Amino acid sequence: MRLKITHETSYFYDPPAQGLVQSLRLTPSVHEGQRVSGWTISVSGGQRGAGFRDGAGDWIEGWTVRGPVQEVVVSIAGQVETRDTAGVLRGHRETVHPLVYLRPTPATRIDAALRDLAHSEQGEDGLDLAHRLAAAVARAIAYEPGVTEAHTTAAEALALGQGVCQDHAHALIACARERGLPARYVSGYLHSNAGGEPHDAAHAWAEIHVGTLGWVGFDAANACCPDDRYVRLGSGLDADDAAPVRGTTFGMGAESLDVRVQVEEMEQ
Amino acid sequence: MTICYNEMVDGGRVREPYAMLSDWIETMPAEIRQMKQAEAEALFRRIGITFAVYGEGGDPDRLIPFDMMPRVFLQAEWRRLERGIKQRARALNAFLRDVYGRGEIVRAGRIPARLVYQNAAYEKAVVGFVPPRGVFSHIVGIDIVRTGRDEFYVLEDNCRTPSGVSYMLENREIMMRMFPALFRNNRIEPVDQYPELLRRTLASVAPARCEGTPTVVILTPGHYNSAYYEHSFLANLMGVELVEGSDLFVDGGFVYMRTTQGPKRVDVIYRRIDDQFLDPLCFRRDSMLGVPGLMDVYRSGGVSIASAPGAGVADDKAVYTFVPEMVRFYLGEEPILRNVQTWTLWKDEDYRYVMANLKDLVVKEVHGSGGYGMLIGPCASQAEIDAFAERIKADPGNYIAQPTLALSTSPTFVDEGVAPRHVDLRPFCLCGDRVELVPGGLTRVALREGSLVVNSSQGGGVKDTWVLSE
Repeated sequence: MRLKITHETSYFYDPPAQGLVQSLRLTPSVHEGQRVSGWTISVSGGQRGAGFRDGAGDWIEGWTVRGPVQEVVVSIAGQVETRDTAGVLRGHRETVHPLVYLRPTPATRIDAALRDLAHSEQGEDGLDLAHRLAAAVARAIAYEPGVTEAHTTAAEALALGQGVCQDHAHALIACARERGLPARYVSGYLHSNAGGEPHDAAHAWAEIHVGTLGWVGFDAANACCPDDRYVRLGSGLDADDAAPVRGTTFGMGAESLDVRVQVEEMEQ
Repeated sequence: MTICYNEMVDGGRVREPYAMLSDWIETMPAEIRQMKQAEAEALFRRIGITFAVYGEGGDPDRLIPFDMMPRVFLQAEWRRLERGIKQRARALNAFLRDVYGRGEIVRAGRIPARLVYQNAAYEKAVVGFVPPRGVFSHIVGIDIVRTGRDEFYVLEDNCRTPSGVSYMLENREIMMRMFPALFRNNRIEPVDQYPELLRRTLASVAPARCEGTPTVVILTPGHYNSAYYEHSFLANLMGVELVEGSDLFVDGGFVYMRTTQGPKRVDVIYRRIDDQFLDPLCFRRDSMLGVPGLMDVYRSGGVSIASAPGAGVADDKAVYTFVPEMVRFYLGEEPILRNVQTWTLWKDEDYRYVMANLKDLVVKEVHGSGGYGMLIGPCASQAEIDAFAERIKADPGNYIAQPTLALSTSPTFVDEGVAPRHVDLRPFCLCGDRVELVPGGLTRVALREGSLVVNSSQGGGVKDTWVLSE
């Protein structure tokens, strides 16, 4: 698929901010399933710091905006040609050892219910187990926007039985780690067909490391593995660690923001 | 009862390094000694070198007791220690370079992958990044104990931000001021070049993109920190700025410091704050101590940080057991300094042995420091041992155990005169373009008779440490 992505985030500060610093993980990964062309990141009134590729293979760049500033617009635009690799992440250059992704974080900490869920499935091998865990999480947490929020943990989402893609990913990561499978959080974009599922174009899923294949994506929220509708940005131990944008604003003002994401299929 | 090595008297005779001090002690009247001790305390109080201990209450400006009796090494003894310390510092840095790179030592099966990659101090954020000159730990503090004339053991390594060097410098300063004759009549190697060596070491790891003379700063969490005195002391002696996080800011890929003449670019940050507080955009979001965006600048080569974030993976007590292996693996040498025998409680057989012998062992938390969270079996009551056993059972992987070592003693002034007290040694090895070590270190002394705990937080004192010239 040829996907055209535009992603614009507008920040408003009242009173004006003294300045801001952001760390952006907003450039698609380089792997066999996607080829990027003409990707641009711009921050209104901002100065781009040096970018670098980290050990997990993500491209990160720092931006700073000098104040006083009332409005800052972070604009991303570009095209990605995607290919269905059945969720397998191939040709992705990274050097972080998979065992690092067994580490629990506050958002993915296991509790009794998650542990029960993790042990409710048996698999023939790591891959089979990962599929079964993803299905189990999809059954245990119904897709329901507005129930959970950004700081909801995997354990809380499971207790509620409802959540969004972030909650599905966290719960699946917690279960996989409990079973000794390294797992991580992936942020990216999803192209939904017109009239399709009511998902945001900004999306998140999990990757689980299985012996023979390496990292494989699992989208419990949609009960599938990522295919050519998915664009992968970057990964982390949880949503916080994988956040596409981390920033600090200087000043006492209130911040409000407006996000618009569009993922369109282009004519061949 | 174990016989401890007495550094002053061996085989009934006063050893050569202490011969002169022995006369000095004998000819010093008690009144003079008391007067001098009071004078030393007044000096320490005046220069403001105090040590606050977290969680102990009491006087936060308490002085660490200073013992006027120096601890002395012969040149030949020191040479061997020096080779051993530098060797160890090189191996630790080689290990850090490796585990944030290809991980050859893990691939070769010489250290379990779990101990490295699942270690809380292993920072995913810096994987693949090679700091200037490949150095991660620029100041390596290696805690050494002596058990015999030629027997030295490493108790632990400190690769993050070892503190205590200000005491090494101040103890010498005070001794020279109070007893100038001692320094005229003895050839004692100087230590006062340390601040300049430290500044040079830090400047030598400036990023490649630094133009001109590197600007070095010390980043402190602020004056509530127990080591704040040391931060300001070192900044002063090195002639560099002491800054807090809010004095620094990131702009366009570099770090700047606010000055009265406007922003000044910073090239090397000697940080005395923990990894987790360095940058809210990379580590803990709630940190107010760090500099937002610092890690992006660091990882793109715009600034150097000493010690490098992630250096802590080399110095926890579980990884410690593998340091001799690191020396062999990276340097192809035999370790000059020995490790203390260590039982790791996540191994079943070690666990069984330790639980059956708690009264004879020292048990420590893998990530503990400062003498907290440890059990000294021979000094503990049965109730204390039982309580500690419960803590171990809850999380065996969090503990290691070692035999109680017969720490050497050094003569120390006590109420009754001079008596042997147990000591350890923390030298500070500098790693930049060169590996350097000043001849000396911080000698800590357990002031209570028979005590083996030298931590300043638990009743330990300090001494000047002498290395005699040839």
